[in-house]
Amino acid sequence: MSTTYLLRGVAPLGGDRTDVRVEDGVVTALGADATADGATVVDGDGLVLLPGLVDLHTHLREPGREDAETVASGTRAAAAGGFTAVHAMANTSPVQDTAGVVEQVWRLGRDAGWAEVRPVGAVTVGLAGERLAELQAMARSAAAVRVFSDDGKCVDDPVLMRRALEYVKAFDGVIAQHAQEPRLTEGAQMHEGVVSAELGLTGWPAVAEEAIIARDVLLAEHVGSRLHVCHLSTAGSVEIVRWAKARGIAVTAEVTPHHLVLTDESARGYDPRFKVNPPLRTAEDVEAVRAGLEDGTIDVVATDHAPHTREDKDCEWAAAAFGMTGLETALSVVQATMVDTGRLTWADVARVLSHTPAAIGRVAGQGRPVAVGEPANLTLVDPSARRTVVPERQATASVNSPFAGTELPGAVVATFLRGRPTVLDGVLVDAGAGVGA
Amino acid sequence: MRHLLSAGDLTRDEAVLVLDTAAQMAATQAREIKKLPTLRGRTVVNLFFEDSTRTRISFETAAKRLSADVINFSAKGSSVSKGESLKDTALTLQAMGADAVVIRHHASGAPHTLAHAGWTHGAVVNAGDGMHQHPTQALLDAFTLRRHLVGDGGRADVTGRDLAGAHVAIVGDVLHSRVARSNVQLLHTLGARVTLVAPPTLVPVGAGTWTADVSYDLDETLATGPDAVMMLRVQRERMSSAGGGYFPSPLEYTRAYGLDGRRLAVLPEHAVVLHPGPMNRGLEISADAADSPRAVIVEQVANGVAVRMAVLYLLLAGGDQRPGADAEDMEARTGVRTDGTRVHA
Ligand SMILES: [Zn+2]
Repeated sequence: MSTTYLLRGVAPLGGDRTDVRVEDGVVTALGADATADGATVVDGDGLVLLPGLVDLHTHLREPGREDAETVASGTRAAAAGGFTAVHAMANTSPVQDTAGVVEQVWRLGRDAGWAEVRPVGAVTVGLAGERLAELQAMARSAAAVRVFSDDGKCVDDPVLMRRALEYVKAFDGVIAQHAQEPRLTEGAQMHEGVVSAELGLTGWPAVAEEAIIARDVLLAEHVGSRLHVCHLSTAGSVEIVRWAKARGIAVTAEVTPHHLVLTDESARGYDPRFKVNPPLRTAEDVEAVRAGLEDGTIDVVATDHAPHTREDKDCEWAAAAFGMTGLETALSVVQATMVDTGRLTWADVARVLSHTPAAIGRVAGQGRPVAVGEPANLTLVDPSARRTVVPERQATASVNSPFAGTELPGAVVATFLRGRPTVLDGVLVDAGAGVGA
Repeated sequence: MRHLLSAGDLTRDEAVLVLDTAAQMAATQAREIKKLPTLRGRTVVNLFFEDSTRTRISFETAAKRLSADVINFSAKGSSVSKGESLKDTALTLQAMGADAVVIRHHASGAPHTLAHAGWTHGAVVNAGDGMHQHPTQALLDAFTLRRHLVGDGGRADVTGRDLAGAHVAIVGDVLHSRVARSNVQLLHTLGARVTLVAPPTLVPVGAGTWTADVSYDLDETLATGPDAVMMLRVQRERMSSAGGGYFPSPLEYTRAYGLDGRRLAVLPEHAVVLHPGPMNRGLEISADAADSPRAVIVEQVANGVAVRMAVLYLLLAGGDQRPGADAEDMEARTGVRTDGTRVHA
């Protein structure tokens, strides 16, 4: 099997066309120096070359809910979506709150070979919000955890949050907060506003998110720690993060692809595919998060890929699980909402979907420039492609995509993980399948 | 009409047709033999995931008086609590050949899901879903209001008429009320003006776009001389911290928002008092008010059967029935003369 590839005529970050030679997992030559000697040639004419995408927020469901997703199926979905690294959220069963569990997930990812899996450690034991998990043990484990989150639950106790922010400084960790004031969101089903009032679904006020973010940026300032805000979704949240950054607070923030495009109007049909946490907000909020991503207030796009079984979604709204899949549609949604609208360049896309998430997660070897000597984690995108989303044909084991039947722009043509193609000609490539010359 | 899921789905003409049909049904109910052959051989399933003896009996009576076969399916008390069971139950009912499913469910939107998920081919009638809708309640309220405010207590023919110009105050727990949501929409459709009266804690955020005014002061609203006052049930547990802490105490609630004899006396002579039941006497309504001649609460119950007969008739037998379809057509279908006399047994 060839381990040498020549990507011909590709446009790194959407810039000038060039040739890129990949050899033994590393970019070895660019431009005229990039020869085809002994290489499998990939015709990249007109395609955009990006650093391999890095997701800061993925639910792989293993261990515990292998009926919805496994590390293998989830990372296949990641590769299909152009990702070379994913951060696996901690709400597994058992919870990723010990060195043993995070190492297990990390090994499953390594063995599957589709993408680098970086487990996220739970902040508190069992995500119960009562006492800190052994964060240092997870950080020093083979999984080298740097991102800690009780995602799905908010660390709402202010003292516990303060301690967590302080404690992870010892190993350069970061707390990724799922900002949701629990008392303000008891029984909440969707964004609180005009639509929830009409549908008779218990409302999820924007302030429940914003109040926690406001508190957390002030805590982070007070103790001199860095804070990451998961999936912010409201105009008010964007304002608070903008204010905090102007003040010099070490805060970063992410937005999901679905919050860049969908609104609470989607709930009108009571279709549980649109039930998600945080909830879909209003059109004004969608515009605010787009503006925040455009001006850098929001640092990254993270999928919050949340696969669920059919039985958890094939029911009435109130009984359905929160969450939607996203790994295989994220790049297309970003293209549709931000690139095709002229608000981000492809270099910006590389920043928000690769460089910055890798930097926040302290993932060495990912999110690097396309340059000689760098690890060959690369994604080749055809921006001119159009495709209709068919969840049953996706690599993820679940079908709860909010974009089913929707036509989206852009397609991942190839993904390289340390020089090995996981996707080629738009098709997943099994390791050892013997591709090319 | 394929289903009846929300009062907001009805046009003015459709709503008036339901009321007119209900008037014909009501006329038959004054007779000695109340049963009509209209839905003979059709099956109506009452699917109740939430207890409501009153509503179930009302639908059951309506279906039986149209000669339909009725199956009562109560999920309460069984192991059924999660959503998958709605699907499985619906598939079972479909296999049993349900022509109509009358569903009461604690989850907002469950009837919508039942109607649109492809689990049943029958007509779906929403008999109350969570905090969302209770369209037959709104229709029976409108029917009752029309009789009194437009029809001079049933003495005048109101066929084809709506509620244009009427002013209705809806008082109480609007936030949790499917009755309020349905009434706001239907009363607006029928040309009435609605004022919602509640403490601010019990008005939904987002209600500002509704076709209703909002007042926090019952006395102020009563002083404007509404034609009808609709009292909503208030659950005592709403005042506890666990229940949301919506008001400080039942006493304070009653003082500010309860309808008693003193407030009743402020109303215009012709004004009527409605309540969807069951009442919390002494909380949202005093015995004086509930039992006064202005209260049409018992009549609402009787009208409920007529309205539900009309809904089942229009959904199951009146597929091509259009507003303005002539009375003969109606007679042929219902076996009821539009003047109320029976054509055949
Ligand atoms: Zn989350």
